[in-house]
Amino acid sequence: MPRIRIDGQAYEVKEGLNLLQACLGLGLNLPYFCWHPALGSVGACRQCALLQYRDEEDRQGRLVMGCMTAVADGQILSLKADKARHFRAGVIEALMTNHPHDCPVCEEGGECHLQDMTVMSGHHHRRYRGRKRTFVNQDLGPFINHEMNRCITCYRCLRFYRDYAGGEDLHALASRNHTYFGRASDGPLESEFAGNLVEVCPTGVFTDKPLSQSYTRKWDLQHAPSICVHCSLGCNISPGERYGRLKRVQNRYHHGINGYFLCDRGRFGFGHVNHPERPQQPLVRENGRLRPVAASEGLAELARRLETTERWIGIGSPRATLESNLALRELVGADHFFTGLGSHPNALNRALLELLRLPGVNTPSLREIEACDALLLLGEDITQSAPRMALSVRQAVRGAGRDRAAALNIPPWQAQSVQIAGQNARHPLFISHVTATRLDPIAEATYRASPQEQAALAFAVAHCLCPEAPAPEGLDEQAQSLAEKIAEALLHAKRPLIVTGPSSGALPLVEAAGQVARALLNARPAEACPPALIPVFAECNSLGLTLLTQDAAEADLEQAFALSEHGPVGAIILENDLFRRAPGPLVQGFLERLTQRIVIDSIPSPTLNAADLVLPATSFAESQGTLINNEGRAQPLFPVHALHAERRNSWQWLAAVAGHRALKGFASPADALATCVTAAPELAPLSQALPSAAHPFTRLAVPRMPHRNSGRTAAGANLDVREDQQPQDHDSCLTFSMEGAPAPWLSRQSGIGARLPFSWYPGWNSNQAVHKFKDAVDGPLRGGESGMRLDLVCRDNGWHRPLPVDTEAQGLLAVVQPAIFGGEELSNLAAPVFQRAALPCLRIHPDDAPAWSVADGDRVLVRGASAATELPLRVDPRVARGIALLPPTCPPLGTGPTRVSLRSLGSDPLIATDHPEPTDG
Amino acid sequence: MHLGPELSPLERQEIEAECAHYPERRAAAIEGLKVVQKHRGWVSDGSLQALAELLQMPVGELEGVATFYNLIFRQPVGRHVILLCDSVCCWIKGRDDLNRRLCQRLGIKPGETSADGQFTLLPTVCLGDCDRAPTLMIDHQQHGNLTPEKIDRLLDQLQAPGGEDG
Amino acid sequence: MDKPLTGALRDDRRPLTLAEYRSAGGYRGLQQAIKNLDPEGVLQQVKDANLRGRGGAGFPTGIKWSFMPRGVGAPKPRYLICNADEMEPGTFKDRLLMEANPHLLIEGMAIAGYALGASIAFIFLRGEYTRAAAHLQRALQEAYDEGCLGSNILGGPFSMELYLHTSAGRYICGEETALINALEGRRANPRTKPPFPQVSGLFGQPTVVNNCETLCNLPAILAEGAAWYRALGRHEDAGTKLFAVTGNVRTPGLWELPMGTPIAEIFEQCAGGMAEGYRLRGFQPGGASTDFLLPQSLELAMDYDVIGKAGSRLGTGSLILLDDRTCPVAMVQNLTHFFAQESCGWCTPCRDGLPWAEQLLTEIDAGRGRPEDLDTLLDLCDQAGPGNTFCALAPGAAAPIQSALRLFREDFDAHIARGSCPYHD
Ligand SMILES: Cc1cc2nc3c(=O)[nH]c(=O)nc-3n(C[C@H](O)[C@H](O)[C@H](O)COP(=O)(O)O)c2cc1C
Ligand code: SF4
Ligand code: FES
Repeated sequence: MPRIRIDGQAYEVKEGLNLLQACLGLGLNLPYFCWHPALGSVGACRQCALLQYRDEEDRQGRLVMGCMTAVADGQILSLKADKARHFRAGVIEALMTNHPHDCPVCEEGGECHLQDMTVMSGHHHRRYRGRKRTFVNQDLGPFINHEMNRCITCYRCLRFYRDYAGGEDLHALASRNHTYFGRASDGPLESEFAGNLVEVCPTGVFTDKPLSQSYTRKWDLQHAPSICVHCSLGCNISPGERYGRLKRVQNRYHHGINGYFLCDRGRFGFGHVNHPERPQQPLVRENGRLRPVAASEGLAELARRLETTERWIGIGSPRATLESNLALRELVGADHFFTGLGSHPNALNRALLELLRLPGVNTPSLREIEACDALLLLGEDITQSAPRMALSVRQAVRGAGRDRAAALNIPPWQAQSVQIAGQNARHPLFISHVTATRLDPIAEATYRASPQEQAALAFAVAHCLCPEAPAPEGLDEQAQSLAEKIAEALLHAKRPLIVTGPSSGALPLVEAAGQVARALLNARPAEACPPALIPVFAECNSLGLTLLTQDAAEADLEQAFALSEHGPVGAIILENDLFRRAPGPLVQGFLERLTQRIVIDSIPSPTLNAADLVLPATSFAESQGTLINNEGRAQPLFPVHALHAERRNSWQWLAAVAGHRALKGFASPADALATCVTAAPELAPLSQALPSAAHPFTRLAVPRMPHRNSGRTAAGANLDVREDQQPQDHDSCLTFSMEGAPAPWLSRQSGIGARLPFSWYPGWNSNQAVHKFKDAVDGPLRGGESGMRLDLVCRDNGWHRPLPVDTEAQGLLAVVQPAIFGGEELSNLAAPVFQRAALPCLRIHPDDAPAWSVADGDRVLVRGASAATELPLRVDPRVARGIALLPPTCPPLGTGPTRVSLRSLGSDPLIATDHPEPTDG
Repeated sequence: MHLGPELSPLERQEIEAECAHYPERRAAAIEGLKVVQKHRGWVSDGSLQALAELLQMPVGELEGVATFYNLIFRQPVGRHVILLCDSVCCWIKGRDDLNRRLCQRLGIKPGETSADGQFTLLPTVCLGDCDRAPTLMIDHQQHGNLTPEKIDRLLDQLQAPGGEDG
Repeated sequence: MDKPLTGALRDDRRPLTLAEYRSAGGYRGLQQAIKNLDPEGVLQQVKDANLRGRGGAGFPTGIKWSFMPRGVGAPKPRYLICNADEMEPGTFKDRLLMEANPHLLIEGMAIAGYALGASIAFIFLRGEYTRAAAHLQRALQEAYDEGCLGSNILGGPFSMELYLHTSAGRYICGEETALINALEGRRANPRTKPPFPQVSGLFGQPTVVNNCETLCNLPAILAEGAAWYRALGRHEDAGTKLFAVTGNVRTPGLWELPMGTPIAEIFEQCAGGMAEGYRLRGFQPGGASTDFLLPQSLELAMDYDVIGKAGSRLGTGSLILLDDRTCPVAMVQNLTHFFAQESCGWCTPCRDGLPWAEQLLTEIDAGRGRPEDLDTLLDLCDQAGPGNTFCALAPGAAAPIQSALRLFREDFDAHIARGSCPYHD
């Protein structure tokens, strides 16, 4: 470990860092702009200068840029020397010559890295008398505002958007002090990670557009450590609330999962929390209409109904917390608890869970994915269904460039040199899917085929790797040679990775993914790094629900439907819209047969509309509970703001029922969590999250509001000058207040990282404050991160035998293609996300069109076994033959793998106008 | 000759020849822009788009290149482009007088195109002809040791009917 | 006197054909290299000749080459680039060489390519040099036709392709790493060093960038030998150099003279001294980016280290003279305008500092300056000083401002005190 001296103080620092990383890791305040912990150094802003002395005798020193200078043993440095300070102030002064004085109206104000660094550098007096340059801004779509006059030309936006996230529509234009960052012309930024620009830009060029529609400064927002509920990855987020409205979502650092970045669905998809049609209070059906009632009356109704009906079933949900699902199961009894999913999705979830159980195979975090060097994506378009993982996959593929640079002794943080040395070097990525994906351009090879054929390919890969793995039959030559190529790449990689998921709807494909991992384990030498295998799931708590119900013999929705046909039964439906789960006619029949329909949910839905009693559930932003992500990591959610009396966590409604149905073990969030711990052996590690005497946080008050929150005394002043009492939080270490443990003190407590509602530190108002809560800039939060990995029992189910590909089947196989925007249920209720959704349409391969006498642009009737729908048709050569690719919003047309027939209804008026006229400037 | 936004076979051929010098097509971006400009006088949005496609690069990336360099014109220019050196040697030798004369004769300010579309006057950095300062370049031809009177003669020649190819 | 660079030029300055060049002794150096020396031998000759880079920094060429990985295991392809961007105000030396004797450069590049094992080479030519482009293009064709380029050059085992790239105009393209970006069809922002281009350059491959004049010295070094070449210099540095004089002198121009020639000799004997009615106030010895010197420095020998010790740089060897009828403030304003405009926009002190300096100089020149502006100017120069910016453009811009503030301070003060330019009434 190199020993260096800074301003007379000796330190030991980690080898391989640059001086800026080292200084920040030591907690020293060295200002910077163009450097970013995830994007590395490019030496553009010259803000991070410090003085380096040749030796003890040297009194002059010379300026070096911290971010561009590697640490070396014996360095003698100064941050405080006048020359360094003066230079840093001068850099700010130069940047400010063109920066507008619009802080009061700038949405970055109060969390602006430029403001922070300006104060830190000590520049406060303006000498410049010239004019400031001005730019014309662009309309970048529903997510992001553009205000180029504020640009300080640090190139971070470009480096994130283009180099890191692979975006192709943001560029540096013009040059010198007219350098402009924007698109070739107005239009929505295409990258699904564009929202990160809000946080990556150190000033107010790119700001959060939905926030600006009802703006609140960071210092007036109330936050909580929360988890994104829009896919199964469990990215950590910091939602901000004011006046009962959720205003925005920002990234919350998690070393293993999301790091510094979220996807745009996670960032902008929270509109369901503020949705005007969201149930606000209990509703009771009277004379065919739902009448709002007080919470107490809602509860009384619940109790009364539970008493009057004999038989109850409970229908759980993969988007409800573990606590809520468990409470319902306890209430109705395990035999009467259903997952709320059909048998097929349940089977897929169980098969995906089996993948996590494979002995000897590693379950990587997203961060570990970034270090993989040969990747196989099997049947899951993660760019749409688990977007943040796709960003990690990009980093893995770019790893080949980092390796090349390392061979030339270029350190990984030397971003520009790494890129030049790496050129277009890529680690091999193989993508097998029913259609094109947004990662295809960086893939070594893609395979577009039906899920069965994809499974055959994967089985063939397994067979190539290990002859014991049974070979599939009837694979064509091309697929065979691709299988060999994939096997070769995986075998020789240092860290091979396989990814799969449920979207293709094919069980054999999931099993084949496991088979590849198992074969790889057999084929690789014992000392080699174990192969990595990671499933993604459909929803934020799919795995939690699966763990709760894995041993239940009859927990499928079909079985609930069947049960309702035998005698009167009432149902409690928990946070679930059944019309998304099963064909409409079947759900309709089921709901009609029920004698009681109690729906607990936080969003409007057709299922909710059919209820006799509606109990308004908390959204994620008001919930306390546990979600289990795709890696088997249980993570806690905390409410952002105090509970609205009429809305409760679903489990709280159930726990409040009196009488003989009264639930034990759900008296408080801690109590509910304790009950979860014992609900299944594999959930035992959850006990680590229980408050205990030894736990430092039980006695701590972690403020949810930054220090300067003005809400304490002013929020309700227009209604009553008497100050409201601050709501109390008895259930966590957090307070609904700006008062509590001060940030510098908190930053020194180990383990606090997981509980930080927002990042703030004196002098560091922007999210960059997060360094202060870490021991090393590139390391985890001090003392650990949110959540704990469950200890899943290892199980080896042996080799799977590939099934022959069914060539006889009639009709096209329906596959629902997930979409980052316009697919997932909750984010679809967010206006900006919905605006970014593509027009829903059916896609088929051109070769399949003639057989059904349909053509591109037709409106077609798509008929499945149990239901039918109408959609515009797109004929698309990228779709595999024999597949009807359905939009994510398409209601289920059958149960399980479904074949559909098509009939043209003439040309579609919507899609006909979809072709833009070619234009020339 | 009027050229549509799509590149002509000759343009394509010239650009392809440049692509052959490099391991990746996009490396010929600057040559490509210059080829287009040679044939059209400037680079329109449409030809930018067409060139980006030919070079298999995002159009914005190409725009970033086009707007970086001084000699790529993203706006229409006059039939004759006058590049008047404004660097130090020419300045010492009185380039400001030449500038005044040119502006006066053409009725434009530097950076503008004359009303008849014949001339665009652009200040330019040192033309590397400093021993013959002050200098300017018209349509790739350099003229040195200039005086306002010589400017008059030059413009007279160019403005005379059929006189442009002197 | 021996003139390895211009000795063969025709009086009418028409470009030499290959035949003419051959009969003037051309391609003897290449012949010598390929027939009688291995690449290491060529490298050794160049080191022994003590050839220093003529692009401005004077870095020893042999040493620069030796950082290029060579031998069997070395990465391929390796590139050689001739830097013929020549956009520094006052500089026009490379232009003469390429217009009047393109084969000299081609031969020099073939020799360098042979020493470096470069299989592909580029001439990066500034866009306005259309005449040089035409001459080079013709010469390239001849050279290919005669086996001086392409496969098996001069019948030996060495092959090299040589392409001409014409730029689209930006001074920063002369900075070698920015040049590489430009050659890759990118925005010409400079690149991080290290790694140096010799390790990771064009398309990430080992690359050597040399100035045009540097390369033009190679044929003579190979043909006549290192000792002969070294002996050409009159002081410490070896060989000859093209020196230019511009400004209000009797005969502005460009001459090949031995390294170490006293400035006074160039100024008086070649340029004929000041023009009628002008007196010398000071001069920039090596192009627009070098510090001003006063007339007493005329005694100095034009050698890299001598000029360096005097507080300026030999740079491109192009003297720009300031006379007593030209306003130094306005001259520095003009220079700063150039640099501010040509800043690539990558780093702050250059991108935002230089336009500010330009603005202050404009104000002062117009009589709207304030005394404290001079401190601000000095601060801005410090900010843009060597090591503080990403590349050497900004330090080059700061040099004339800083030295003018030191040497011609009274002019700045007078502008501010009078509220107008003393040279304008
Ligand atoms: C802003 C800037 C402009 C430059 N322009 C040129 C140029 O036009 N021609 C040139 O040969 N070198 C130029 N240089 C120097 C080159 O970076 C490089 O040092 C040179 O080409 C190396 O060649 P040499 O070793 O043969 O001197 C420039 C440097 C800077 C910083
Ligand atoms: S000093 Fe900085 S901004 Fe100026 S040209 Fe060099 S890198 Fe670009
Ligand atoms: S952070 Fe070091 S130069 Fe920008």
